[in-house]
Amino acid sequence: MIKKIAFGAAGLAVAASTVFAASHIDPAIAGAIKARQGLMQMQQLNAGILFGMAQDKVAYDAAAASTAASNLMILTTIDQSALWPQGSDADSLEGTRALPAIWTDYPDIVSKAEALNEAAVAMNAAAGTDLESLKAAIGPIGEACTACHKAYRQPQ
Amino acid sequence: MIRFLVMIVALGVIGFGAFWLVTKPQTIDPEAISGIEPDLARGEAVFIAAGCASCHAAEGAQDEARLELIGGRPFPSDFGTFYAPNISPDPATGIGGWTAEDLANAMRHGTSPQGQHYYPAFPYATYTRASLEDIVALHAYLMTLPAVKWVNRPHDLRVPYNIRLSLGGWKFLFLKDDWILSDAPTPELERGRYLVEALGHCGECHTPRNALGGMDRSRWLAGAPNPTGRGTIPNITPAKLGWSEGDLMTYFTSGFTPDFDTVGGHMADVVENLKQMPESDLQAIIAYLKAVPPVE
Repeated sequence: MIKKIAFGAAGLAVAASTVFAASHIDPAIAGAIKARQGLMQMQQLNAGILFGMAQDKVAYDAAAASTAASNLMILTTIDQSALWPQGSDADSLEGTRALPAIWTDYPDIVSKAEALNEAAVAMNAAAGTDLESLKAAIGPIGEACTACHKAYRQPQ
Repeated sequence: MIRFLVMIVALGVIGFGAFWLVTKPQTIDPEAISGIEPDLARGEAVFIAAGCASCHAAEGAQDEARLELIGGRPFPSDFGTFYAPNISPDPATGIGGWTAEDLANAMRHGTSPQGQHYYPAFPYATYTRASLEDIVALHAYLMTLPAVKWVNRPHDLRVPYNIRLSLGGWKFLFLKDDWILSDAPTPELERGRYLVEALGHCGECHTPRNALGGMDRSRWLAGAPNPTGRGTIPNITPAKLGWSEGDLMTYFTSGFTPDFDTVGGHMADVVENLKQMPESDLQAIIAYLKAVPPVE
């Protein structure tokens, strides 16, 4: 009987610590997730200004386009290695849609990130020229965004 | 005692006979397709609208390689993992030996040329509404694609889901060929309904399923857990999808949401297909999405 109770208590303790672990995210990991989501939002915001003009939803403005393109280019050069710690994937934690494959397909991630950087460099050269040049440079940006979101982001 | 045993066996035989009668694999009437002339251009349009390449092209295949339909892509589920089969026209490992009738039996009834049930991971619960003209055209088009020798990987399913005979019961319960949106008063809505409910199989992911994997028609397109992993497939009924017709058209043709996020996951494959469809078809799908009952 005593054995049984002890066993049950141990079980409860294990269960309690599991619940605790699930609700308690390592602050360093939580910070990394916040930082990379912020980076994504900054990219989305700046790319969005360019897409809005490319889709004729917003009037073309050379200065605003140049600023957005320059920001986007700089954002794509940031070294992100500190933003993706092991254990910060969607299988391990709530609050992120980053698929675990990100940590196993590293060379592919690098080549996709390079594609985005190249597209952003080309956009930076084109955005301030005129709307036609901006429209010609927008395709590869969208493709680069989608390529990563298709392979490495879980649905909502 | 012996009489009792005989009775049990007899009841068993009758029971199985009744089960078999109700659930045996169905086939089409061969007469129904005999007069239909295949139309290749139509077949290609059906191929794109039905999204065949999204599952049957190899994972990560781009451009031309998307037409090499070797399958192999895994579809994890609560029942085990399904692997898409080779549907390239290779006679030995693909479907090169299939007639248009075989394809019609597969799409309309989920029945293989050997008379076995297919698993509904193959979305015949949708394709069952496809017209025979479209199926004959699709068959002709599939036969023009590259033949690739590639042996199918068997599904990896848990007991008892690995017993194909039980799928007859699934079909009896869930395989219905009536329309979900019963009223489609304009030709555009009718076309949109056909594209969504018969070819595009949007409901296969966007509609929740019951414990046996049947689509819950009362919550049509109202969102569901991601069938192949974590996360949620969104509710796209008017109750939740606040996008304008223009927003939807932009999304279908570019993959961008109104706030300039991009399409991701499996939906990126769907947008690849949508981009290739005629604008009138996209308008029809949009009209349909605006007409389905809003579900919270």
